[in-house]
Amino acid sequence: MDTIQYLDDQGRPLRDLPLSPEELLQGYRALRRARHFDERVLVLQRQGRLGVYPPFRGQEAAQVGVALCLKADHDWLLPSYRESAAALTFGMPISRLILSWRADPAGWGAPPDVNMVQFYIPIATQIPQAAGVAHAQRLMGKDAVVAVFIGDGGTSEGDFHEGLNFAAVFEAPLVVVVQNNGWAISVPTHKQTKVQRIAQKAQGYGIPGVTVDGNDLVAVWSVAREAVNRARAGGGPTLIEALTYRVAPHTSSDDPSRYRSEEETERWLKRDPILRMKNCLLHLGLWSEAQEEALTEALEAEFLAAVEEADRAPEPKPWEIVEQVYQEMQPDQQAAWKYLRGEA
Amino acid sequence: MIAERGTRVLNNVQAINEALDLALAKDERVVLFGEDVGTMGGVFRASDGLAQKYGEKRVFDTPLAESGIVGFGIGLAMAGLRPVAEIQFAGFLYPALDQILSHLGRMRHRTRGRFTIPMVIRAPYGGGVKTPEQHADSPEAILAHVPGVKVVIPSSPERAKGLLLSAIEDPDPVFFLEAIKLYRGVKAEVPEGYYTLPLGQARVVREGNAASLFCYGGMVEVCLKAAEVAAREGVELEVVDLETLVPLDTPTILASVQKTGRAVVVYEAMRTGGFGAEIAARIAEEALDYLAGLPLHVSLDADVLDPTLAPGVGTPVPGGLTYREAHLLMEVLAQSGRVRSLDLVEVNPILDERNRTAEMMVGLALSLLGKRIL
Repeated sequence: MDTIQYLDDQGRPLRDLPLSPEELLQGYRALRRARHFDERVLVLQRQGRLGVYPPFRGQEAAQVGVALCLKADHDWLLPSYRESAAALTFGMPISRLILSWRADPAGWGAPPDVNMVQFYIPIATQIPQAAGVAHAQRLMGKDAVVAVFIGDGGTSEGDFHEGLNFAAVFEAPLVVVVQNNGWAISVPTHKQTKVQRIAQKAQGYGIPGVTVDGNDLVAVWSVAREAVNRARAGGGPTLIEALTYRVAPHTSSDDPSRYRSEEETERWLKRDPILRMKNCLLHLGLWSEAQEEALTEALEAEFLAAVEEADRAPEPKPWEIVEQVYQEMQPDQQAAWKYLRGEA
Repeated sequence: MIAERGTRVLNNVQAINEALDLALAKDERVVLFGEDVGTMGGVFRASDGLAQKYGEKRVFDTPLAESGIVGFGIGLAMAGLRPVAEIQFAGFLYPALDQILSHLGRMRHRTRGRFTIPMVIRAPYGGGVKTPEQHADSPEAILAHVPGVKVVIPSSPERAKGLLLSAIEDPDPVFFLEAIKLYRGVKAEVPEGYYTLPLGQARVVREGNAASLFCYGGMVEVCLKAAEVAAREGVELEVVDLETLVPLDTPTILASVQKTGRAVVVYEAMRTGGFGAEIAARIAEEALDYLAGLPLHVSLDADVLDPTLAPGVGTPVPGGLTYREAHLLMEVLAQSGRVRSLDLVEVNPILDERNRTAEMMVGLALSLLGKRIL
């Protein structure tokens, strides 16, 4: 199976690019925005101002390229915990993402005009649900498309199979993106599956499967766009395998030196998706260092404003734990709620 | 209002079919699906004729995958539909536990109300009709332990119809467990047309003062029969049909215990962590002073008996004991003064004799009552 690529490892175009100059610039800005977020929230985490955080460094293109194909108030995104970059690009406010990774309930719900379900922590449970959300769009006569993310490790779960099978049988408008980042915490991909390419698994469901260079934004975006368009037109689901690498630890609590070599990470750092995209823009004469500096300043200002906003969120109250369990509080919740408020 | 309606005699599965039909007709967001639910109308025929009437977009077959069914339904619900899923047997629900425990009841909470799951999961449960292994499970306690879901178990055709329509209207996920032996084992007058019955309310279905029998689903008729027998002996048992396990109608339970001073819980599942323990705990917390004498716990601790010694397959209780031995043990425990509440178990009754486990246990309880030990 070929791996779809538009940029070489240095970012030089290998052939005509399927994106306009405006799109290339939009894509690069989105990548940089994601990277800035990832770097800055890790600092917050080290300062004790964030909870456990799963970084996505090196995987920005695989997420951003998909999210750029979707409309937040029409389409749907069901991300796993690694997909803060997809969430951000899709339309989740930075302040909510910060609150979310502070385990603050104020960050759990997407705004009304952003159809994103809160990050999935259990592995692969989002796939059958995404198939259901997608099938519902057809039943309701909408042309919305659902994108769902999972990692290489998640493809070993039963729900990955059941969800893909449901989506295929019902021809649901679904795009399943496997970010094959080489590692499921400490277990390498070759211990998860005997297939050479995870995209081959699509054959088992009778749907298109494609492997794309996940560190090549142009390739991810164009492959995702084709899949989204096909789904929107009633052509059913697509399985996209984005080959990438988790250059960062699994989470802020992980120590990768226990299971992998620095050399491998170094090799992948040279294929950094943001570096490649920047080189592409420079090569095409679409970008300058002055623009780069201005962008960094703008991103920092946006981030600091978001941190301030997140910091302003009121402390969650103890009794919130029994709110939103049912639409109407039931007697047990009511009793606990009164007790926690000191009313009983 | 319901009393003014005409009625027809229906069995439980016909009443459920009628409720599903009415729900589909009333709300176009309602969709029915599951294994064999569409063309065939379900293995118990609960959706008989509905795919033909409403089309395959509303009533459809799914691949054979329970986690897929529940997960898919969660997705349908989040997107704005009113899914009603059938799990072919409650004992087949277990592949879906990740979806159930991690998401079904939590989605409202984990998205702060942004997404909700107004979904009903129907499943036949319990023993009494000589089904094979895994076809007679009673997993209600597992489901009742899940936050954010409701658990409803009807005991008659009239109740099944109205409670199912309430469950489908409910804004939160509802498990609707249907006793297999009632599907065709009972027939009763059922009001015509669309009506709902409130969730979360227990019903005193027979008044008495000697002891309270708490039961639900297929055990209600067993308890009523026992109460009838007891009445002939001059013992008036109160029978309380819990009907909704979550949210539990604790006030009705407590009021009954306060009146009778004695509690017996009759159900078909394993004892440890079983729903009887929940009833016992609530009584102990809030009505201990009303109990007549002996400590609330324990009767036949069935779980300590090695299920692998059971005569026949898949019969965790009464374990390695024959029924005669179990009875004997009960007598001994009773005479030692250690019996207070009675958890009754009927699991996977393959043999005719086992179909009568619950009746036998109730008979035993009555004999204990006769000795004024309970």
